[in-house]
Amino acid sequence: MLARLHAINAEHGYLPAEALRQAADELHVPLSQIYGAASFYAAFSFEPRGRHTVQVCQGTACYIRGGDKILDKLESALGVRPGGTTPDRRFTLETVYCVGSCSMAPVVRVDGDTYGRLKPERVERILKRYD
Amino acid sequence: MKIRTRSDLESLRKAGLASLYPPRPRINVGMATCGRAAGAGAVFDALREEADRLGLEAAIVPVGCLGYCQQEPLVDVALPGRGRVLYSHVTPDQARALLRSLADGVLPEEGALARMRVEGEAESESLPYLDELPFYARQHKIVLRNCGLLDPMSIEEYVARGGYAPLARALLDLTPDEVVDEVLRSGLRGRGGAGFPTGRKWRICRDAPGEPKYVICNGDEGDPGAYMDRTVLESDPFSVIEGLTIAGYGVGAHQGYIYVRDEYPLAVERVTQATARAEELGLLGDDILGSGFDFHIAIVRGAGAFVCGEETALIASIEGGAGEPRPKPPFPAVSGLWGQPTVINNVKTLATVPVIIGKGAEKYAAIGTEGNAGTVVFSLVGKVANTGLVEVPLGLTLREMIEGIGGGGLDGRRVKAVQTGGPSGGCLPAEQFHLPITYESLTAAGSIMGSGGMVVMDEETCMVDVARYFLGFTMAESCGKCTPCRDGTRHMYEILTRIVEGQGTPEDLDDLEEVAHWVKEASLCGLGQTAPNPVLSTLRYFRAEYEAHVQEKRCPAGVCRALIRLVIHADRCTGCGLCKRECPVGAISGEPKQPHVIDQTVCIHCRICHDVCPVDAIEITGRR
Ligand SMILES: Cc1cc2nc3c(=O)[nH]c(=O)nc-3n(C[C@H](O)[C@H](O)[C@H](O)COP(=O)(O)O)c2cc1C
Ligand code: SF4
Ligand code: FES
Repeated sequence: MLARLHAINAEHGYLPAEALRQAADELHVPLSQIYGAASFYAAFSFEPRGRHTVQVCQGTACYIRGGDKILDKLESALGVRPGGTTPDRRFTLETVYCVGSCSMAPVVRVDGDTYGRLKPERVERILKRYD
Repeated sequence: MKIRTRSDLESLRKAGLASLYPPRPRINVGMATCGRAAGAGAVFDALREEADRLGLEAAIVPVGCLGYCQQEPLVDVALPGRGRVLYSHVTPDQARALLRSLADGVLPEEGALARMRVEGEAESESLPYLDELPFYARQHKIVLRNCGLLDPMSIEEYVARGGYAPLARALLDLTPDEVVDEVLRSGLRGRGGAGFPTGRKWRICRDAPGEPKYVICNGDEGDPGAYMDRTVLESDPFSVIEGLTIAGYGVGAHQGYIYVRDEYPLAVERVTQATARAEELGLLGDDILGSGFDFHIAIVRGAGAFVCGEETALIASIEGGAGEPRPKPPFPAVSGLWGQPTVINNVKTLATVPVIIGKGAEKYAAIGTEGNAGTVVFSLVGKVANTGLVEVPLGLTLREMIEGIGGGGLDGRRVKAVQTGGPSGGCLPAEQFHLPITYESLTAAGSIMGSGGMVVMDEETCMVDVARYFLGFTMAESCGKCTPCRDGTRHMYEILTRIVEGQGTPEDLDDLEEVAHWVKEASLCGLGQTAPNPVLSTLRYFRAEYEAHVQEKRCPAGVCRALIRLVIHADRCTGCGLCKRECPVGAISGEPKQPHVIDQTVCIHCRICHDVCPVDAIEITGRR
């Protein structure tokens, strides 16, 4: 079942209700069980996600070095709250607890790229690199 | 090829030496997670491209973390016959220029941080040695001995730097009992936090009835602001694998597990590959080095919960159940995985083991202080000038750590406190910086050694807000199995939230203290038992800050958003417009070259304008 969820997620970037219903039929398991499993894992989401994922670190080192300000800036630049996706599906904004680059705090990760020693002023320029 | 004898190991060592010290330039680029965040990827690509373009024969190698993360990207260049130099803050342009110099046979001094010791080679006289820089002078690297100095995926280089000779000694020259005794005599204590003597744990497990036995490496690293274990797993995975193998031999286990936090994909990848490589060479598997000892390692990805770092929860998680702790005793060493005797040790504990077996217990025991032998690794972060990963002998004082190695506060500001032990630890004020770093002294002062998180705080850090931050974390991470932890962390979080919002009462402080003591005493596992530490330690040392919030409704650090206001001083404002551009909510208006104003009904008190103002015209009011 987990493998199936991963496959659906890989195809759509999230878990559409329709695909889950279909999986339940084919695997002969109750839909509730599928939802139960899917919601347990942070890797899955039921909402369509943006093409890029912006993760703002709120771990201790980042928080102490102004990670909250970076979050403010991202919220206003993207017009969404953590967990939200921009209407044009370009970005999904998330907060995370420590990505292991604490010496570079504050840190933002966009897809696989990590940006350290960030200042709020740089946020918008970084977002411009992703379309 | 299989490594079956000491002489096979010797050929592996020779191959490693040839690759570490080739007859052409060798360029190490720090590419651990921290290096990548500083832009090492682009530097690495630039080096490769320029070498191709110039037709320069050079070994350009991605290595792990040297610890001086503040200076990254770091590039370490050895030019045979000319010495070896470390360059800091390297940009892609500088990287290309560097290669052009190398092509001319020159190791330039521009951009150099220090030189590295190389025997019998011409060296630049004017550069300091790396181990003489204030950041490194007091350090003693054992756990981090290879980090940033070798290709993490090369077992040959690991062997060339002394690896696997300890395993050979253990398997071929020592009995399991002698291995356990050696670790016991070294005085090594667990680096996962509690500091239980490692040799004693191994002895209990070895003597416990029951077969099979298991050994587990705890690489869950749940502290949300620390990265020691991750760095070791990424930068030197073989040291952990070798340590776990020796542990297996010592206690009589044939199966080991390395449990790695799910958010650490690079670490997972590295240990997985390194394990496969060790198996391929027969350094894991059946009849290792012809000793008759069989040992296998499986990698387990963590479930992403802080409580899973607690040993009984971690074991439950490997067994496939929910990652919930259970009461102790019985301790895992007697009844652990699948109810069998199990040793569980931290990454750094295990990475230390090969050095103890290789150099002997006495050598290790001579480092550090009475009862606190050896070295500890800290991730030194926060409001400190030099951030990075440091390893020091136990017994060094907090002051030597923060002011000596860390170089003091950020931008010359005064350091106010240091937090160790993450969400389970406490905050100690600058007045306590004379304390030696030992398990006992930190505990007596109201904090803990922990796993190595060390966060420095200055005048612009609010201690009440810090306590609230940690309680928010433990509240969310409490597994909910026992009431004191589940309800108590929530209750403390709610009180702290009221206080930072200016709604606190003097009774709240008493309540807070009472709840904190209850949660500490009555919780089932270490998460709950230690969750009140951030509250109790800040109440103990920074009560005046709490009282300012409660009685005067002000935040002395100027952090708590409900208690501050941002005001532009018209007489100082030059109308440069920077604040207006950077304000995330458009609260600032004004014509160019005219004083600007902040609309207080829109302002969210984020303080970005205050930080960007080039002439200090924006004041945070409500602090004093
Ligand atoms: C809530 C909680 C979280 C923990 N997290 C970790 C961790 O991330 N890494 C770790 O090595 N030990 C962690 N521990 C300690 C382990 O339970 C255990 O004591 C340790 O892994 C033993 O290894 P050592 O003897 O080498 O220190 C945690 C304990 C508690 C109570
Ligand atoms: S103390 Fe907290 S984390 Fe530990 S068992 Fe109780 S509820 Fe769970
Ligand atoms: S706290 Fe942000 S990377 Fe560790």
